[in-house]
Amino acid sequence: MTHFSYVAIAYGVTGLTVLALIGWVLLDQRARRAELAELDESGIRRRSDTKSRADEH
Amino acid sequence: MVGKHKLHSRRIPVLPLQGRVFRSQVNSGLPPARAIVWNSAKLYIGAMSISGTPGLVTRLANPTRFLSIVAVVLPWMVGITAVLFAVGLWMSFTAPEDYQQGITVRIMFIHVPAAWLAMMCYTVMALSALGTLVWRHPLADVSARAAAPIGAAFTFLALLTGSLWGKPMWGTWWVWDARLTSVFVLFLMYLGLIALNRAMDDPARSAKVSAIIILVGYVNIPIIKFSVDWWNTLHQPASVLRLDGPTIHASMLYPLLVMALAFTLLFFTLHVMAMRNEIWRRRVASLRRQAARAAV
Repeated sequence: MTHFSYVAIAYGVTGLTVLALIGWVLLDQRARRAELAELDESGIRRRSDTKSRADEH
Repeated sequence: MVGKHKLHSRRIPVLPLQGRVFRSQVNSGLPPARAIVWNSAKLYIGAMSISGTPGLVTRLANPTRFLSIVAVVLPWMVGITAVLFAVGLWMSFTAPEDYQQGITVRIMFIHVPAAWLAMMCYTVMALSALGTLVWRHPLADVSARAAAPIGAAFTFLALLTGSLWGKPMWGTWWVWDARLTSVFVLFLMYLGLIALNRAMDDPARSAKVSAIIILVGYVNIPIIKFSVDWWNTLHQPASVLRLDGPTIHASMLYPLLVMALAFTLLFFTLHVMAMRNEIWRRRVASLRRQAARAAV
């Protein structure tokens, strides 16, 4: 293997790991948002949210 | 005046600055003088600035406020991180080759920041563990939990890129010297903490256990840092963070520093996002419990 190959693999794996990390955070974010929206649709809200919505009306 | 702020969590002691008797002094059983010193220290560091206005740490004790601050700050963090990586990568690939290492010196521009972050992330977790045990800060455990997978990823990168540099330069992928072994132990500690957090469903129960383990494990960080000075290792001694200044030529030092800054910002960006996810996860769990109670 040439020295360039070691450098290319190092940068490639680092890029993939960072992308995987970002992907994991974003997927987790999407899942949590979906869960909160689902609960909100079924009328299950935090007391503070319910209160503020009632104040708006 | 202090007690008027509604920002404080119920779990953070709200103590009157001018009062003669502290609430926890009554319960602690400490002699009055020691109790005053102890409570003053807690006040200064964790709960309240001397001016009577809530300190940053206290203001962030409210998860809703934390989320609103994150919503404003996060786009900037993402933008600055992207710019720093663009500049850092450009500098890394235009830097001159080392007279001995040749092109493999470029691996250092990702290996060294990853290794620094592996240790910094654990330090953030140790501070969070202190926040859980000493100040019972509501976001401290959230912070420690969110940091563990990120720390594990950076430690993995430090080990892997180090190995990829070691093969052409040392002639071996791995040696069980003190530096490499202690970083490998750090990686195992991250995995252990992630497993522990996943094994215990209730964050309230796992927070204390996890915090104690994190603090005990912190002993490994100075071992990693000083292993190259204390023992005879194949890994070279420090060349940037030295009392007599860096021993690297400026043409390689600046790309390294820019990349280190980019990695650090990437860590904080991901950490803040993961913390936000963890707060939402806990909210979902709490709302589901609330719904289950209402259904009974």
